[in-house]
Amino acid sequence: MTALLDWFADPANWTGGDGVPARLVEHVYYTLLAIVLAGIVAVPVGAAVGHTGRGGFLVVGAANSLRALPTLGLLVLLANAVGIGLLPPLIALVVLAVPPILAGTYAGVQAVDRAVVDAARGMGMSEREILLQVELPNALPLVIGGLRSATLQVISTATIAAFVSLGGLGRYIIDGLSVRNYAEMAAGSILVALLAVAADLALAGLQRGLVSPGLRVRGRAPRRPAPA
Amino acid sequence: MIWGWIPRNVELIVDRTIEHLWLALLPVLLGLVISVPLGWLATRTALARTVLVTVTGLLYTVPSLALIVMLPLVLGTQILDPLNVVVALTIYTVALLVRSVADALDAVPPVVVAAATAMGYPPWRRFLAVELPLAVPVIVAGLRVAAVSNTSLVTVGALVGLGGLGQLFTEGFQRDIPSEILTGIVVVLLLALVLDALLLALGRAVTPWTRAGADAGRAR
Amino acid sequence: MKNRLAGVAAALVAGLVLTACGGGADPLAGDSGGSGASGAAAGPIRIGSANFPENVLLAQIYGQALTARGVGVEVLPPIQSREAYFPGIRDGSIDLVPEYTGVLLQFLEPSAPQKAPDEVYAALQEAMPEGLEVLERSAAENKDAVVVTQAFAQENGLSTIADLAPLCPQIAFGGPPEFQERPDGIPGLEATYGCTFREYVSLDVGGPLTVAALENGDVQAADLFTTDPTIEANGFVALADPRNNFAAQNVVPLIRGEKATDEVRQVLDEISATLTTQELLDLNARLGSETRPNPDVVARQWLQDKGLLE
Repeated sequence: MTALLDWFADPANWTGGDGVPARLVEHVYYTLLAIVLAGIVAVPVGAAVGHTGRGGFLVVGAANSLRALPTLGLLVLLANAVGIGLLPPLIALVVLAVPPILAGTYAGVQAVDRAVVDAARGMGMSEREILLQVELPNALPLVIGGLRSATLQVISTATIAAFVSLGGLGRYIIDGLSVRNYAEMAAGSILVALLAVAADLALAGLQRGLVSPGLRVRGRAPRRPAPA
Repeated sequence: MIWGWIPRNVELIVDRTIEHLWLALLPVLLGLVISVPLGWLATRTALARTVLVTVTGLLYTVPSLALIVMLPLVLGTQILDPLNVVVALTIYTVALLVRSVADALDAVPPVVVAAATAMGYPPWRRFLAVELPLAVPVIVAGLRVAAVSNTSLVTVGALVGLGGLGQLFTEGFQRDIPSEILTGIVVVLLLALVLDALLLALGRAVTPWTRAGADAGRAR
Repeated sequence: MKNRLAGVAAALVAGLVLTACGGGADPLAGDSGGSGASGAAAGPIRIGSANFPENVLLAQIYGQALTARGVGVEVLPPIQSREAYFPGIRDGSIDLVPEYTGVLLQFLEPSAPQKAPDEVYAALQEAMPEGLEVLERSAAENKDAVVVTQAFAQENGLSTIADLAPLCPQIAFGGPPEFQERPDGIPGLEATYGCTFREYVSLDVGGPLTVAALENGDVQAADLFTTDPTIEANGFVALADPRNNFAAQNVVPLIRGEKATDEVRQVLDEISATLTTQELLDLNARLGSETRPNPDVVARQWLQDKGLLE
């Protein structure tokens, strides 16, 4: 325990390429990159599926099946096939982030009261306008919920990706493991946990904050896939 | 892709799968046993519910590898001790199930509970014979999610030397045997599918009244 | 009635928990630091290994040869690195590990100056902690080497580490995390050749990450092992070590004294005598060949070929 505190107190661990700030920035960068890329794919598709109501079964099925996919396996398979560097883990991160965002967007758009949609249609809004100006704003909390799930999944997988040479906070765990430096490993895991909790709280706050006044989202948020 | 690796290593694959099953299911079982009383507790007072849901929610947020690595601090185990992974997965299972159990118990119609009490069931017996059985479908849904997640998460343990199918990933990567890695992924997926189906069937078997057709209503 | 139910429930839970602890002995095996000093010389010899193919293979060779002579043996799953498994062999949860003289000596005595095979071995024997000993050393050697790509070597006219020294500050070096701290690792290269790298990239123990990083230029030099067939396969160049930064690293069994019966000594000495550096190269090549045979299969074949299995 004291060794752990010593690790945090050691200024060498806060400077340079292997220092906490650098690793933290790397980790956040990978997460943001993966989420944004996944979002670019998943939000439009999820919205379209939710709006037309077709293919919803597939979307939900995909999100649920994802839970069973072993992330270490995926990471290792990609690293073996593609090589090392940012790309292989990034592919894995995006692949893992798409289903929750897809499911969240679909669920959100799907859940918009049909009466509201009909009213909009009755007012002469085009399908596109309905989607963008009515359904999506109403769907935001669930969309954010999907983003939240995806973010946790990505933070978690990025940690494991240190095994295939990715940077980020996972490095402390993997490198510490090699030299049996438990203080380093524990420090890394605490930092990752803090990052995950902070991200989750921030997104949860966003989720709540985005509920328009006068609009109350009933029911539970979609079940989140387990952070891997 | 050295496909020939697969038939030559069937025994290895089977051994790893058995190890894996044990490591994935034990936490589910332990988690269930712990979650039922905790879930019940959550239905008693709003405070209990808030505390339990918040704490479990927090734990669920912690990434798997991080949780596994932090446990020796709490448990005093060696870092390479398999117990760390079992406890971590149990924690995740509990985090998932407490909510399910609480919601399921809350969803039992108060009318039914009142009827049971009126019939003379003491609280414990009423819980075990009436409320819990009625909560089973929702709990089983949670169990299915937990079992599937655990099956996948056990593989992370390979990073700290744990047995199971995760070793096919670390070994396959180290020795450049993509077919080994792929085999691991496929078997994990299949295992998850099978466990999910089994639990679904189990849930249905244990709650015959949910399947009952029109006959059910016509009691004695 | 209520009490009985509660009692049954409690018993069930207790039972499950105990099963988890007790039943954990078998399928949850894979633990080096667990059970602590396991009884006397009576139990099976628990053979551990580091987590790279050659070492796993050597453990299999030891294990199968001993089993053929009727000695009870349990081969444990490979464990990260020396830092991870050494506590295990000290406290008795591991009994035997295939080791390398030079690195083991430096692990025990970081400032040990010996470099030549005999001197290293003698110093190692002296440095052995209570209860542990090293048996006969083999002529077979597997040393760390500073490796660069063919192109890099040609461009810069490199054939020794001394040639590399002036370039070090501009290049990145890749290797296992522990290489950064080991006396003959980064500190050794600095002291012996004045080579200070711009950056150290933690990869793996002479595995795919290191090879990939070297190939695609993420690092310009890396730590690989001399018996690794990938050096030749990828056209890499292992730089010569004229100033002997890397001490002799002969294969040697590290064993707990209480388990080193005459029978065991004889078997292991025979293996050490039969192993040569060329044999190691061949064995590693076999492991990495097209069909990727498992270490236990390669071990058995080698033992049979050498007539060591009867």
